[in-house]
Amino acid sequence: MARLDLVGIEKRFGGVEVLRDVNLSIADGEFIVLVGPSGCGKSTLLRMIAGLEDISAGEFQIDGQRMNEVPPRDRDIAMVFQSYALYPHMDVARNMGFSMEIRGAEASARASRVAAAARTLGLDKLTARLPRALSGGQRQRVAMGRAIVREPRAFLFDEPLSNLDAALRVEMRLEIARLHQRLKATMVYVTHDQVEALTLADRIVVLNGGIVQQVGTPLDLYQTPANRFVAQFIGSPTMNILGVSRTDSGVRLANGAEIALPGLSGPVAELGIRPEHLDLADPATAPLTGTADVVEHLGSDTNVYVQVDGVGPLMVRQHGHVPLRAGDRLGLVLQPGQTHAFTADGRTVRA
Amino acid sequence: MAVARRNPLLTLGKYAAILFYLSFALFPLYWLLKISITPDQLIYTEGTALWPTDATLENFGKVIWQTDFLRFFWNSLIVSLAAAAITTVIAAGAGYAFSRFRFPGQKLVIALMLLTQMFPLLMIIAPIYKIVAMLGLLNSLSSLILVYTAFNIPFATFLMQSFFDGIPKDLEDAAMMDGCTRFQALRKVILPLTLPGLGATLGFIFTAAWSEVLFALMLIRSEDSMTFPVGMLTFVSKFSVDWGQMMAAGVLALIPSCLFFIFIQRYLVQGLTSGAVKG
Ligand SMILES: Nc1ncnc2c1ncn2[C@@H]1O[C@H](COP(=O)(O)OP(=O)(O)OP(=O)(O)O)[C@@H](O)[C@H]1O
Ligand SMILES: [Mg+2]
Repeated sequence: MARLDLVGIEKRFGGVEVLRDVNLSIADGEFIVLVGPSGCGKSTLLRMIAGLEDISAGEFQIDGQRMNEVPPRDRDIAMVFQSYALYPHMDVARNMGFSMEIRGAEASARASRVAAAARTLGLDKLTARLPRALSGGQRQRVAMGRAIVREPRAFLFDEPLSNLDAALRVEMRLEIARLHQRLKATMVYVTHDQVEALTLADRIVVLNGGIVQQVGTPLDLYQTPANRFVAQFIGSPTMNILGVSRTDSGVRLANGAEIALPGLSGPVAELGIRPEHLDLADPATAPLTGTADVVEHLGSDTNVYVQVDGVGPLMVRQHGHVPLRAGDRLGLVLQPGQTHAFTADGRTVRA
Repeated sequence: MAVARRNPLLTLGKYAAILFYLSFALFPLYWLLKISITPDQLIYTEGTALWPTDATLENFGKVIWQTDFLRFFWNSLIVSLAAAAITTVIAAGAGYAFSRFRFPGQKLVIALMLLTQMFPLLMIIAPIYKIVAMLGLLNSLSSLILVYTAFNIPFATFLMQSFFDGIPKDLEDAAMMDGCTRFQALRKVILPLTLPGLGATLGFIFTAAWSEVLFALMLIRSEDSMTFPVGMLTFVSKFSVDWGQMMAAGVLALIPSCLFFIFIQRYLVQGLTSGAVKG
């Protein structure tokens, strides 16, 4: 069990700055998810916590103790790699028990811990196999087992599910959630996948270009994104963004429709509205009118891509089945209080 | 997938081509063997006949018991094994460093190593002779071990580097997360996976050293330290060449190489790292 503190962490590769001024306090037992576009520095940050990558500036602490110079083996942290990184010449049992073997644990203690972990992960019948004789999902389980057997202070996951197919991914996601509930260990989890991030995280850290954009609970990020990047990155389908001009009481859309934003001060250049916060209305009275471009019937939801007159494309998500077809005329209203206002440089303007 | 019925003529042609190539490549070996078992008095009379009318192992007996062949053989074995072992150890270390670390001067070292491979041996044989003489190593097996090692290290290093490059870096990282020092990770995880590479390098250097003549001829004069390829020349006397014994010695010389490759062959099979990653 451990509290992890990142204080002003920076990372440079030669002259290239990859991470800038990362400050983050991870509470004991917390599940933190790092998300961000490819190349934003998620893996690098994780590897710095693991001790596999030097820290260029700043301090990393475990339970208040400086760890910058401590080698990986003395940090007592386990990591599950995206590539699984199983030792190909060792069978499953030895792969899982390798950390105990290295630390000189007794063979009997090792065997019982490995057996327990194998049972939890449904690997009991496979312990004598070599990794090459396993399926992708089984390899993934072995990689997890290797981390569990150690009973470390903290777990690090670098996109552990990205190589699995959709069904297996859901299953393993539940497995990880259960694991966290059972072990109550501190976990840091890197992913591309929105659903993984929103379902697993106590708090999500959104990274972009090596800079932390926002840290918060999944609901925080969804309801009060700190900027346009977070607003568009969190939530699926992506938030619609409309160019607007400021009026005294609110903003005016490109087609002339006015939207009141009471209590808002300062300049506003763009307005964001999530697809699920747009409602269909009678075209005769609605502030926005347009033509359905593409309609996706998902059963539980209906996604409508609308060409709005004088504004451009917008995406609308309606709950349940809506009998619309491409080419239909329709009107749209914005649900009050669900809009997000942004300045020209993308910062959120709040009331 | 359905395969259309092959043209039988085409198949036949393919096998004929393979057969032709094989006989072309193996014929000298056959000739070596044939002459080595042909009795002396028949060698010239039967000349180019494909099959000797009589066979004998007499040449082998003479080579083994009546000449210095066993000593040459032993010398060659020591030189080749030592050169192969030393080169492989050094090349493994250097190849690992080139594969895993970035350090100042790395490009320079690589360039220098390539440079050494660019000169024809004949150009540098005189300076090498001078250096070895200055070291007082002329006529010693250690001079050959030294020279073979030095000349083979660049190639062996690049070979080993490519093997290390083929082992995912994640494996080492995982081992270090599991509690290994870098050295333990190397010994317990990387080394077992590099066995094919080590085997290939050992085999390559061993054969190169086993058949080297030029340096052996230059640096060794005394019969005591002659290696086998040079020793072969002792079968050439002023007035005649003892073909039968020479060929018998040649056949015997093939044995260590064959044994060596049979021994390391199982390490050469590919696929030791399969299963490490997603795959
Ligand atoms: N050893 C290195 N030398 C130089 N630059 C590097 C090195 N490792 C990573 N980088 C750079 O650092 C940046 C962050 O890389 P990182 O692997 O952390 O991204 P990531 O967020 O994990 O991306 P992905 O989602 O694709 O895995 C990238 O721009 C990458 O090019
Ligand atoms: Mg990554």
